[in-house]
Amino acid sequence: MKNQSLTYREALKIAISEAMRNDERVFLMGEDVGNYGGCYAVSKGLLEEFGADRIIDTPLSESGFVGAGIGAAIGGMRPIIEVMTVNFSLLALDQIVNNAATLRHMSGNQIGVPLVIRMATGAGKQLAAQHSHSLENWYAHVPGIKVLAPATVADARYMLSMALKDPDPVILFEHVMLYNDSAATPKPEDCPDMHQACVRKAGNDISLITYGGSLSKTLHAASELEKQGISAEVVDLRCLRPLDTQTLFKSVDKTHRMIVVDEGWRTGSLASEICALVAEHCFWSLDAPPSRVCSKEVPIPYPQHLERAATPQVAQVVEAALTLLNRDVT
Amino acid sequence: MNIDNSKVHMGIAHMQFLFKQMLRIRRFEEKCAELYTQEKIRGFLHLYIGEEAVAVGVMQALKAEDAVFATYREHGHALARGLSMDKVMAEMFGKVTGSSRGRGGSMHIFDVEKRFYGGNAIVAGALPLAVGLALANKMQKKNDVVVCFFGEGAVAEGEFHESLNLAQLWQLPILFVCENNGYAMGTALAISESERHIFRKAQSYGLKSHAVDGMNVVEVESAATQYCQRIRKGDGPCLLECNTYRFRGHSMFDTQLYRESDEVEAWKRKGPIMKLQRWLEANGKLSSAELKQIEDQVADEINQSIAFAERSEIEDISDLYLGVYGESES
Ligand SMILES: Cc1ncc(C[n+]2csc(CCOP(=O)(O)OP(=O)(O)O)c2C)c(N)n1
Repeated sequence: MKNQSLTYREALKIAISEAMRNDERVFLMGEDVGNYGGCYAVSKGLLEEFGADRIIDTPLSESGFVGAGIGAAIGGMRPIIEVMTVNFSLLALDQIVNNAATLRHMSGNQIGVPLVIRMATGAGKQLAAQHSHSLENWYAHVPGIKVLAPATVADARYMLSMALKDPDPVILFEHVMLYNDSAATPKPEDCPDMHQACVRKAGNDISLITYGGSLSKTLHAASELEKQGISAEVVDLRCLRPLDTQTLFKSVDKTHRMIVVDEGWRTGSLASEICALVAEHCFWSLDAPPSRVCSKEVPIPYPQHLERAATPQVAQVVEAALTLLNRDVT
Repeated sequence: MNIDNSKVHMGIAHMQFLFKQMLRIRRFEEKCAELYTQEKIRGFLHLYIGEEAVAVGVMQALKAEDAVFATYREHGHALARGLSMDKVMAEMFGKVTGSSRGRGGSMHIFDVEKRFYGGNAIVAGALPLAVGLALANKMQKKNDVVVCFFGEGAVAEGEFHESLNLAQLWQLPILFVCENNGYAMGTALAISESERHIFRKAQSYGLKSHAVDGMNVVEVESAATQYCQRIRKGDGPCLLECNTYRFRGHSMFDTQLYRESDEVEAWKRKGPIMKLQRWLEANGKLSSAELKQIEDQVADEINQSIAFAERSEIEDISDLYLGVYGESES
């Protein structure tokens, strides 16, 4: 049989419908998930299959319906809440940080919140300064929630079911530039446990650490480096909280050099955290200071050339790697 | 049709002016849709086609000192407010000559000289800002009006309720204008609001409020004028609900699965431009020669704006960080 291919978008949809078929407690709720088919068309067709009781179009009330998702999780349901983008999730930040993240601890471990929140993130579509943020690190800062960044079709296909089995709130970040990516139909074994980081390309000279929408750029940079005789290892973090430090440290201990590629703004970024961890734990095996390729400290501008200049690009990763390896930047 | 121009002593010349303003917006946006498919305009493009009577009608009630806040669907408001079409077009092209230096694009048109405060792409995000500007006016003993436009979708957000309450509590000089086009993206009002009359919500906070036919520019102007007179006298905030319809999709990506084409066609027959054109013609106030002249003038202005945008420069990448912070007061 010919191996069919699947897009990232389709993989997410299959994952949602599978979860809904397997577990009656699962439902999908968010703005335009039903009649419109999802703002990025992930849930197109699900309303017809599952009906309006389980594919719930909400009013524009992010704080309200995310909070209601938390309540429903407490009440025994397994909600999947879709917030269109991370930018709009800021309206629900209070519910996520002050309720979802805290209830278990604050109640003395009486109340768990088994909730999955999906949202799009990132730049690249010229949507300007209110639609292009990468704020994964804001959520990864908060104890009590878990943060996932599926960067491959396989992860899009299988991470959701893992997230739904988790006893705690899990946020899934879907980078906007990934939805049309396609790959051969994945198998469950293509998706390791959601808490694990993954070596996407093995190498010996330098570790390139990344996640989400930056993975493909980083892999591209690694193949550029390969042409120059440099063997780069690419680590996809996958889970941004809790971080799989074991895989991270193992890679850095092997290559002795590290660059983090992160679409978040540099100051206070996930990249900062990873650099600090590596400095603390791998200091004696480092041959060069840890380095970062992040977004420039500017709200994302609309014009294409400025949007590109503001966000990490392949050439910058290559240049940073050459610099760390004391190689001439061509 | 029933156009009552007696309340505001509207002369025929003014009615012709209203017609031309609406036509300018319509033709401008039709051109924008074309330019979008040619990829001259990128990102999100939300067209106002069908709703022109609201912006044009309300703007007639304003003075130069009054301030305007709008949404991401704001080309019409910008043009009706008197921004130069050249600057608006250049903004959509991402050129440095644009009203926001090209940084904002279609969703973020700003021109403080015209007291046009954007261009906000977070639904309901502008309402508290407008309240604050009205507060500043009141504190500085100015009786200028702040007008804030938003869709009925915004009414579900907490900001709407918080803003109306604050405005009424503090008796601020603000006019809220709800552009009720029946849909928030693909979510019909009927499935998103328990109380579908927006003006009743405003009344419950004590604001003076009623609904008008948003397809009738004369009715809109007349209502807005009366409200603005009230507001200028210090009699507190008002909310005008304008019932209207968008003839095109939510944005250029919308496949419009959520509504029937019959419904769209029925609304098109009530279109604001057609309505006024018929009335003018029936009353012998618009000959076909005059109509052609207006169309030609509008076409010239649009062509000129495209030429301006085309020949304008993009911003230099070395200026990426411009406008992140300002200068301190000396
Ligand atoms: C807080 C927030 N949530 C969601 C969105 C995505 N979104 C943009 S416009 C829109 C619909 C808004 O409808 P309405 O307020 O009625 O205005 P209209 O587009 O009809 O003019 C949605 C859901 C957003 N921009 N901001």
